[in-house]
Amino acid sequence: MLAKIHITLKKDVLDPQGKVVANSLNTLGFETVQDVRQGKYIEVTIDEEDTDIAKQKLNQMCEKLLANLVIEDYSVEIE
Amino acid sequence: MKSKVIVFPGSNCDRDVAVAIKQISGSEPQMVWHKETSLSNSDLIIVPGGFSYGDYLRCGAIASTSPIINEVVKKANEGVPVIGICNGFQILIETSLLDGALIRNNSLSFICRDVYIKSENQTSIFTKKTNIAKMPIAHNEGNYFASDETLKKIVGNDQVAFKYCNQEGEVTSQSNPNGSLENIAGILNDRKNVLGLMPHPERAAESALGCEDGKYIFESILS
Repeated sequence: MLAKIHITLKKDVLDPQGKVVANSLNTLGFETVQDVRQGKYIEVTIDEEDTDIAKQKLNQMCEKLLANLVIEDYSVEIE
Repeated sequence: MKSKVIVFPGSNCDRDVAVAIKQISGSEPQMVWHKETSLSNSDLIIVPGGFSYGDYLRCGAIASTSPIINEVVKKANEGVPVIGICNGFQILIETSLLDGALIRNNSLSFICRDVYIKSENQTSIFTKKTNIAKMPIAHNEGNYFASDETLKKIVGNDQVAFKYCNQEGEVTSQSNPNGSLENIAGILNDRKNVLGLMPHPERAAESALGCEDGKYIFESILS
């Protein structure tokens, strides 16, 4: 099965890249853009039958390696 | 002094730090490839700077899963002094030996220049011989971040090793190169035997390099 993982900076962590992108969008005329937050998207193909077990393992992967929980939040979606 | 320098794919300050330690201590450090699993008889462990694993995923994240890291953590917990410099600091953060996170510089630029730092903690084995020191930084992700709760803990527990300052030793926003919280350039663990710092003392440890301030950190450990 295919897991889609989104990793985003926590709300209280400054995202300087996002701010620069937001400024550029404003410059391009998209004046209604108020904020941009940049993150990561990771696809993991995993050989599991049971969705619950897969989800449990994917959460562990995020906690152990894929995300840094000091600064990032993650969400896992399984197709 | 039996010191060990851990070498990862992409480390590039391993030899510099080995030369600095040899010159200051008189004994040659042993280079330890990251796939090794033993660090027996170590008096000092150095996790050097560089770009381990090309900074994939997050700086230091992949290196923190290397086989040798279990041993580094074990030795650190036994009280062996461990220093992580630049990427080594990022790796120690990823192993959770040190608190907080190192995020992208607030300028979004890689910064390579000399800075001044001052020791905030005056008693640890790493900081007792240093005061205001000049040494270079060279990083893209050196912006120290921690939650309010963690920051309170490390400040209250005297775990801030170094802060960025100006030549006079004043900690100002102008002397903060990367946006680090409270100008933090280096921190210690709870037990004060693990140090992580972004500046490179090994690049300022002999007069031929233009500055010798970095050697005070190594001398401090060896004294």
